[in-house]
Amino acid sequence: MTQVTDAPARSRAQIAAKTLRKDQWWRQPAVNATFLGIAVIYLTWASLVNNHYYAAPLISPLYSPCLATTCTAHAGFSWIPWVAGLTPAILIIWGPMGFRFTCYYYRKAYYRAFWQSPGACAVREPHAKYTGETRFPLILQNAHRYFFYVAIIFNLILTADAVFAFRNAGGGWGHMSLGTIVLIVNAGLLWLYSLSCHACRHVTGGRLKHFSKHPLRYKAWTFVSRLNAQHMQLAWISLGFVCFTDLYIRLVSAGVFHNPQFF
Amino acid sequence: MGNKVKLRVWRGDAGKGDLVDYEVESNEGEVVLDVLHRLQATQAGDLAVRWNCKAGKCGSCSMEINGRPRLGCMTRMSLFEPDETITVTPMRTFPVIRDLVTDVSFNFEKARQIPSFTPDPSIGLGEFRMQQVDVQRSQEFRKCIECFLCQNVCHVIRDHEENMPAYAGPRFLMRIAELEMHPADTADRREIAQDDFGLGMCNITKCCTEVCPENIHITDNALIPLKERVVSRKYDPLVWLGDKITRRVHQDTQKVPGKSSGHGAARSDSRAKPGRGRHQR
Amino acid sequence: MTEPSVTDTEIERLPFDVVVIGAGGSGLRAAIEARQAGKRTAIISKSLFGKAHTVMAEGGCAAAMGNVNPNDNWMVHFRDTMRGGKFLNNWRMAELHAKEAPDRVYELEAWGAVFDRTKEGKISQRNFGGHEYPRLAHVGDRTGLEMIRTLQQKVVAMQQQDAIDLGDPEAMIKVYAETTITRLIKDGERVAGAFGYVRQTGRFVVFDAPAVVLATGGIGKTFKVTSNSWEYTGDGHALALLAGAKLLNMEFVQFHPTHMVWPLSVRGLLVTESVRGDGGVLRNSQGERFMFNYVPDVFRDKYAETEEEADRWYSDPDHNRRPPELLPRDEVARANNAEVKAGRGSPHGGVFLDIASRLPAEEILRRLPSMYHQFKELADVDITKEPMEVGPAQHYVMGGVEVDPDTGESCVPGLFAAGEVSGGMHGSNRLGGNSLSDLLVFGRRAGLGAAEYVARIGAKRPTPSEGEIAAARAEALAPFERTVGENPYTVHSQVQETMFSLVGIIRTEAEIKQALAELAKLRERAAVVRAEGGPAYNPGWHLALDLRNIMLIAECVAQAALERRESRGGHTREDCPGMNPQWRKVNLMLSLDGDKVALTRQPMLPMRPDLLGLFERSELKKYYTEEELPPAGEEKV
Repeated sequence: MTQVTDAPARSRAQIAAKTLRKDQWWRQPAVNATFLGIAVIYLTWASLVNNHYYAAPLISPLYSPCLATTCTAHAGFSWIPWVAGLTPAILIIWGPMGFRFTCYYYRKAYYRAFWQSPGACAVREPHAKYTGETRFPLILQNAHRYFFYVAIIFNLILTADAVFAFRNAGGGWGHMSLGTIVLIVNAGLLWLYSLSCHACRHVTGGRLKHFSKHPLRYKAWTFVSRLNAQHMQLAWISLGFVCFTDLYIRLVSAGVFHNPQFF
Repeated sequence: MGNKVKLRVWRGDAGKGDLVDYEVESNEGEVVLDVLHRLQATQAGDLAVRWNCKAGKCGSCSMEINGRPRLGCMTRMSLFEPDETITVTPMRTFPVIRDLVTDVSFNFEKARQIPSFTPDPSIGLGEFRMQQVDVQRSQEFRKCIECFLCQNVCHVIRDHEENMPAYAGPRFLMRIAELEMHPADTADRREIAQDDFGLGMCNITKCCTEVCPENIHITDNALIPLKERVVSRKYDPLVWLGDKITRRVHQDTQKVPGKSSGHGAARSDSRAKPGRGRHQR
Repeated sequence: MTEPSVTDTEIERLPFDVVVIGAGGSGLRAAIEARQAGKRTAIISKSLFGKAHTVMAEGGCAAAMGNVNPNDNWMVHFRDTMRGGKFLNNWRMAELHAKEAPDRVYELEAWGAVFDRTKEGKISQRNFGGHEYPRLAHVGDRTGLEMIRTLQQKVVAMQQQDAIDLGDPEAMIKVYAETTITRLIKDGERVAGAFGYVRQTGRFVVFDAPAVVLATGGIGKTFKVTSNSWEYTGDGHALALLAGAKLLNMEFVQFHPTHMVWPLSVRGLLVTESVRGDGGVLRNSQGERFMFNYVPDVFRDKYAETEEEADRWYSDPDHNRRPPELLPRDEVARANNAEVKAGRGSPHGGVFLDIASRLPAEEILRRLPSMYHQFKELADVDITKEPMEVGPAQHYVMGGVEVDPDTGESCVPGLFAAGEVSGGMHGSNRLGGNSLSDLLVFGRRAGLGAAEYVARIGAKRPTPSEGEIAAARAEALAPFERTVGENPYTVHSQVQETMFSLVGIIRTEAEIKQALAELAKLRERAAVVRAEGGPAYNPGWHLALDLRNIMLIAECVAQAALERRESRGGHTREDCPGMNPQWRKVNLMLSLDGDKVALTRQPMLPMRPDLLGLFERSELKKYYTEEELPPAGEEKV
């Protein structure tokens, strides 16, 4: 190590300002807080409202798989008896929500935007103490990999929903509407978001010490790494599109809007 | 061609000091360090500023310019408005020695606690065979010039000095990642990464990556992959269950002890020996 | 601000077996070896640990491992080194260097260095100027950083072992960062320690040690345009002179051909030779690949004569000759200089170095990432799209302390030197890539030499002279005690200006004489510079002290340059063009007589016959006088 003989006790340069940054460092967290806030509020409302989530053959991603006995006819499986307050969305939303909540990108976004820890780089945070992700509850962030596996299951279901959307309202196959495209894009974006995630990068190949001994996994890892560079963009786009998909079906279901049928 | 620029430089020592205003000449194409040198040569001969290569290769001239952690030699004056006052302060996280020079010995102490590269001792001189794809991850981290800007910007210690003993900072967590990904290394530092070097304190807010002058993807390529490896070692229920069933004992490499007051290897030897086997998955 | 009184600072005494001054490649390698030999070792670094100038080395470390071309071996490397140095090299050093470099590189690998790899998983090697085969072990274009970090981490690993075994990481090897040595202290003829100050506090320290290894690097800050950092003030050269050692070959200063020329702020920033090794070509303002016009007779048969042949060489080196861009550095630097003088230079007074039209952009980014970064950030030039403007700058000094090749010991008992501060190894011109290997090979040998010396003297340890310590202290404090006197920065910049313009790439007798006259005046001014402020981290004071060394070395370079009436390698006399075989036999030795620099001539030791036999007689004829040559017809042994 480096050493100085008997250096006098030293302290930091005392500069009172919270930051000396002159740029608009508060903009990014403010923007993130706004959009995250809007998304959370919309999604909470949409999952609690318990209506207009199905417009045959389209089902909102927030309510799929629809497991409650109260599910709209043809929309789901009717496995779980109705419990007051637990809408079909609330029954399942912990999966995708947990995946997003523990996502390495979202963590950065909300730690910065809501918790100000830190609000921006080199800007002093307002908290007196900091333990990071070493204690309950934040130590649970380490479960991200498991939420990733759960998210894969949800992606499969939502992909199936997109396939089922090639039917008409009566259940006949071989039809397609604008809603079909919406569901396909939604599922596609969710796949991209999940596959670009850091946990996915780890399990496909990141955990290996010798890529050269696993050429196929190395290829997969390279592919995931390339996606991973876009993880932030995919996180935002897919989140926005989930909201849009729900809104689209909601409006169709409520009769506000007619789902254009292509054939 | 030279024009005057306004500079506000923190001058002082032992924590006490002030921002002092100067007007200094600046020419086209110059960087902040050039202007500081001119200030030194013409107005403030004893202005303390650390520098070496002036090419962004040695990582000596770390400072904060308009509140942003930067290398003085890689910050061009053209970045600023002609009439802007440029504020230059020492790195906030480290104790100040004088003016812009800080005591960065914290970093050298942390470096000495991380178990070194531990190859298989049976490999002879010149017998290493490693593929380029296997070394490229470690190579990215070895681009590090140890400017310690990431250490400086990391809020875990920047805003909470009390965390310094328990947290190694991005640079040294990256060093652990580098060794863990080294194809010829046999030690297992995952447990100590979490328990002794404070990986769990990192909340991946990416300021280290933002300030890195070498553009190393510290968070995405080192810290998060290391967190994922730690998950496998410490927080994976399946691994835990497997361990219980097969009664597997993890061969975790231990942190290197510091200066002990008593005699020699008083601290249990097994804790201290780096690289005794490793946990196989 | 409180400023502690300077005069009441006590002198701390620190006992060691071996003290290594300098923490670059050679210093760290020496310290590692001395520690491994069981000696308690101090590493003294003018900067922080790990910042030494070695980090600036880009291209690679030359070692004939033969990983890329199996025809390579130590003999080929030896021949290339001797040719590059125009046969003025200390042949024993060149021999040891060529033979030992591979093992030194392998050692680094075992200590954790991560070199670029070949397909077989071995250490990859790249082409470089003057090297017949791809020979440079490298990591992209940041090999020096990899080396310094590896050595630094090896020191740390040794400290960790000591922490475990002895309970104190610093029990056997300790780093004194930001500490500057201003005098070596002797006991009679022998070295007994080193006196210096700690930058952070300004306090004085004396390292009591029977063996001192100088590993302080070069003298770049003697010249205005240099790729060297502030540390390169010729400290080791001057310390050795002041302690009674001798310097040799100080007239040979390497001007590396390619540095950035614009913007002014980065003038002198190195552009690695790898750009040319990887296919980059030099062009003048007329777009001509001018290096074909500058192939000297001694190299005529080894370099391509047409662009087509030169381009074929990159893919088929066995059947084509090398492109002339890969001539030794002195040749290329002179060519660049001549093109600019002839009015065919680039807008900012350099020539064009073009890699953009030679390699695809991704390939450039992969092979030369830090060059891309450097031009993009500092000059707004995208080297994947446009050519760079480059020109020569001072880069290296071939001359240095005269040492025993095998042990690194100077003529002063207990004083060792390794790396750039030592002389002889590179003759009149160093090949690119031979520096990093030099540091490792001779760093190790000097460390070992010092350890053996300490073992040899046993209990007969020297005691530092108290008188010398007191004198050193007074000397160091003098700049504070002057109430009038000049600013050291002004004097320094004038020395640099004088040396660069009058004793630079191209020299003449008249200009050197003028330089000597100006240096005499500047020396008087340097002796009375004044430092403002206090002793803690005061760069003005540090420069005031470094000025003594800079002045001394400037004078050595100028005197030797005046004496050598020929042009060879890093010494070009416009008034004495061409090599003269009579001068090949002569080393110019510099020593201190009182406070005057004294110059003497010393004949070269004739090369051992088995080494001489490695060359064709026809080649030797270009360098040697007829009577030195082996009889005709017997040259192949």
